[in-house]
Amino acid sequence: MKYISKKLLDLIPTLLGITLVCFFMIRLIPGDPVLNLIGERGADPAKYLEMKKSLGLDLSITQQFVVYIQSIFRGDIGTSIISNNSVWSEFIERFPATLELGMVGLVGATILGIPMGIFAAIKRNSFFDYFLMSVSLIGYSMPIFWWGLILILLFSVKMGITPVSGRINFIYDIPTYTGLYLIDTLRPAVVSVEGFKPFWSALQHLILPATALGTIPLAVIARMTRSSMLEVLNEDYIRTAKAKGMSRKRIIYIHALRNALVPIITTLALLFGSIITGAILTETIFSWPGIGKWLVQSITARDYPVIQGGVLIISFIIVLTNILVDVIYFLLNPKMRS
Amino acid sequence: MSLLIVENLNIHFKSDRSKDHIHAVRDLSFSLKQGEMLGVVGESGSGKSITNLALMGILADSAIVKADVAKFNGVDLLSLKEKAWQKIRGQEISMIFQDPMTALNPFLSVQFQMIETIQTHLGLSKKDAIDKAVELLNLVGIPSPKDRLKAYPFELSGGMAQRVMIAMAISTNPKLLIADEPTTALDVTIQKQILNLIKMLQEKNNMSVILVTHDLGVVSEYSERLQVMYAGEIIESGKTTDLITHPRHPYTHALLASRPGALVDNLKRMPKTPLPSISGIVPAFHQRPIGCQFNPRCEFVMTECQRSPIAIEVMEPKHREFRCIHPIQSGVIQ
Repeated sequence: MKYISKKLLDLIPTLLGITLVCFFMIRLIPGDPVLNLIGERGADPAKYLEMKKSLGLDLSITQQFVVYIQSIFRGDIGTSIISNNSVWSEFIERFPATLELGMVGLVGATILGIPMGIFAAIKRNSFFDYFLMSVSLIGYSMPIFWWGLILILLFSVKMGITPVSGRINFIYDIPTYTGLYLIDTLRPAVVSVEGFKPFWSALQHLILPATALGTIPLAVIARMTRSSMLEVLNEDYIRTAKAKGMSRKRIIYIHALRNALVPIITTLALLFGSIITGAILTETIFSWPGIGKWLVQSITARDYPVIQGGVLIISFIIVLTNILVDVIYFLLNPKMRS
Repeated sequence: MSLLIVENLNIHFKSDRSKDHIHAVRDLSFSLKQGEMLGVVGESGSGKSITNLALMGILADSAIVKADVAKFNGVDLLSLKEKAWQKIRGQEISMIFQDPMTALNPFLSVQFQMIETIQTHLGLSKKDAIDKAVELLNLVGIPSPKDRLKAYPFELSGGMAQRVMIAMAISTNPKLLIADEPTTALDVTIQKQILNLIKMLQEKNNMSVILVTHDLGVVSEYSERLQVMYAGEIIESGKTTDLITHPRHPYTHALLASRPGALVDNLKRMPKTPLPSISGIVPAFHQRPIGCQFNPRCEFVMTECQRSPIAIEVMEPKHREFRCIHPIQSGVIQ
């Protein structure tokens, strides 16, 4: 418990650092949010200055930073310049889409990757091992935007079995409950009216972007599991388990896998961060209405509060995930528990 | 009747680098009676551990094990399938290892690891298995065994961990216990306790023991028979007392003479003279010499020693065996 609260205290300087870097970095990008807002026709200088002042952009950058930090400590992470909505409400509206995409991608990658890695480790240097490892190397090396386009071309355009973009067919109007369509479409209120068609539609929309997003994590998890398993299988205590007459299955799943999971879990935590970055590319390609697309749009529009606020929330989530991983370590490793 | 009979055991390893297989153990023959303790000594790389792992059927897949006879309790070990092996391992033949700290799984509690063996082989309920584990920990001299069951290996000292290993190994009343350098990683004071424990259990359960060690002092005290290995071969074997006082093979002789405080031919070494040592090292697997394996390091080497493999010579009535054409005749060592 003490350990966790210490970790939580560590959060403050980390997030302050991220805010600082992000704040100054976006102001290095050429472009002016006010000009973007005014549009191509332009406005007279007086009006321009007035707008600039109302957004607080007339102050020096340092002053702007101080004002921003003050408002964060008041619990206000800003208001979008473009839509005038609060950044938090915009985030909350889009986050479930990204969460659903990311989770399906990452969970899918884990469910496939760990058995693949175990299998490759057991059948070390066999044809299967070489095959799985070469495929995973290809998967790892593939740029997401290119892979996404290839998937669209193959499955949506040529074969026509999946939709090109979006989260669900527009004919269904699903009341938002959790914001995760796979869950919302299964609520009795929906199923009783529409049957399982909305769920099926949501799944069809999800499958390609989740595949595009999950490919790199899948490759990483499979390779990591393999090397981690190989290492553990060479340990003395595996020899002991064999000498005790344990079955092969028991040795692999009870004696080896648990210990091999420790580095795999670290990898998973790191992958969670890369899932978010991956989501930015994936969502842009598949027009997925999540935070990735939202951030890209706000960068184009130089919507400073949204970029700052969005990055801050995402960093917060990633840092929290890392703390969660520490807790899981704690539960897995008896040495840390005492 | 012999519990274990091995005749002409040969172990090869497939090599990634060359087409020739590595010949790790050659023409090993020995037998072991029920309730007997056999000592095995030899330097690192002499094939002791490989032989033991072969007897348990847990060598790596790259190993090729062949033998004219390899019978344990009447069962031909080499023809066993994996399932049948699993019945023998841990139940009929148990093994304890050099470093108890790494031989126990760090992520599983002592209880889990102990009752797993008991339940697998004896089919007891969980509750009965726990009772049995407590009884066994008591037997091997672990104080407050109930609390110790809850412990994880890192919470135990080396000596404790080895006691747990022994308790686990004898939990199924095996006919044969292979102790592969059980005290090498432990303190000298703990060594004695562990060996006494093994000896006590051997006598109590009428169990056969193969005791592998570096330490000649240890074997001479505990085992009835002794077998000296060098470069994958048995080079000398016989009754321990006999072999230690009258070694026939120059290697055994040199080994015994290099103990601190050894009396060679009733002459005590002058104080402050350097401890005798055997020059050179054990030849690597792929650089084995022609003829006697020991000839490059032997001080009595002759041309015949370098020509062809040396056969085992058997000397009755005490059934001494040695692989030497010019064995040492007198050479008394105490």
